[in-house]
Amino acid sequence: MKIFEMLIPMTWEGLKVTMSVFAITLIVSLPLAIFVALLKGSKNKYIYKFTSAYIYVMRGTPLLLQLMFIFFGFHYIPVIGYAFTRYQAIYIAFILNYTAYFTEIIRGGINTIDIGQFEATKVLGMSKSFAFTRIILPQVMKNIIPSLGNEIITLVKDTSLVYILGVTDILKAAKSVSNTYSTFTPYIFVAFVYLGIIAIMTNILSSIESKFDYYR
Amino acid sequence: MGLVVENISKSFGKIKVFDHLSFEVDAGSILCVEGKSGEGKTTLLRCLNKLEQVDEGSIFIDGENILQLKDARKIGSKIGLVFQNYNLFPHLTVMENLTITPNYLKIMNKEDVNLKAKKILKSLEIEDKENMYPYQLSGGQKQRVAIARACMLNPAVLCFDEPTSALDEDTSQKISSIIKNLANQGMAIIVVTHDIKFSRDISDLILKLEDGKLNRMQ
Ligand SMILES: Nc1ncnc2c1ncn2[C@@H]1O[C@H](COP(=O)(O)OP(=O)(O)OP(=O)(O)O)[C@@H](O)[C@H]1O
Ligand SMILES: [Mg+2]
Repeated sequence: MKIFEMLIPMTWEGLKVTMSVFAITLIVSLPLAIFVALLKGSKNKYIYKFTSAYIYVMRGTPLLLQLMFIFFGFHYIPVIGYAFTRYQAIYIAFILNYTAYFTEIIRGGINTIDIGQFEATKVLGMSKSFAFTRIILPQVMKNIIPSLGNEIITLVKDTSLVYILGVTDILKAAKSVSNTYSTFTPYIFVAFVYLGIIAIMTNILSSIESKFDYYR
Repeated sequence: MGLVVENISKSFGKIKVFDHLSFEVDAGSILCVEGKSGEGKTTLLRCLNKLEQVDEGSIFIDGENILQLKDARKIGSKIGLVFQNYNLFPHLTVMENLTITPNYLKIMNKEDVNLKAKKILKSLEIEDKENMYPYQLSGGQKQRVAIARACMLNPAVLCFDEPTSALDEDTSQKISSIIKNLANQGMAIIVVTHDIKFSRDISDLILKLEDGKLNRMQ
């Protein structure tokens, strides 16, 4: 099976790209989204409007277009324009995009917390930041894990968009092999790779979810 | 010593909830505030605990005007509130509900905080619940945890919003003796309630909130 001699190493190289885009986006976007969610809850109307506009643009345009804009279009902007490398463009676009989605999920989660929880922390004399990190956020996390899970699974699949900047992820690797050997087999092979990643993620997520089962 | 309220008024937009209220609660005594639904009893307690801002007036606790308190973290050691629905922290055990604030405020070292929590739980007869989560407790037990949580900070004044509204007769009796006990230890207590029998039983003074004014009951 000569095809696999080409497919397996190429998929392996592509997997490194896929997984690093996935992991870095997740690790950076989640904490950033907590921060943006707090900004969006700000009473300052300029901060509120700015964060709302950011979220509107990020959720209202395709990630593919954002990738293209940041890589091909950004350096045409006068004064602030700067030419990003392929990987810089990829990480910036993914992080900006996913931070917007995660922010909306976290805001939704904060809104489900009973106002009485905030009031209890206030009458006890906790500072806002202590109350948020120790009382509110843990309860928010429990509430949002299912929707966060959906978004994380979408992220795994969205990593395939990096092909537009000529970067080889697992899907692009499959395409190259498929073109060389004129067969569809590589695509089926990477479909299983995606399914494998999703299965692992689903397992991790449900074990995190069950860690929060200790209270209601 | 205790609580001295002078001329406080509160309105929400055009709705005037109460108008120039003045009253005192001495350390060691129990004031009950009665009043029909919507007269502003909860709002009064929320104003005393600074969850709502009064439009005018002063609130002194042991001589200090708490409306001018510089350090917001000190509020819990001046005045406490047992909410009608308790508002315990659901993700923390009973013990953690009690210890999280004093440990954060660093008013004592951790061992003393733990000892104190155990002592208070024991005095409220819920020492066997220390490792449970709020959802595992009955209404009366949650109420006692809420009292214990407030007491951890040694407030000079403790407020109760309808403490017996969700409890049966026997449990109400227990709560009443707990509240009397706290007063005996020197706290000034304010209880807002519909439960006339309960307020006759525990109060040193009953005031009725009516049309924005507090009237003395005989
Ligand atoms: N945040 C608010 N904004 C506007 N109006 C409010 C607010 N909170 C309370 N009110 C109004 O203030 C009045 C007093 O409400 P409050 O909850 O203090 O009554 P209460 O005496 O505790 O009633 P109950 O016995 O039913 O608990 C009501 O008319 C209520 O609609
Ligand atoms: Mg009320």
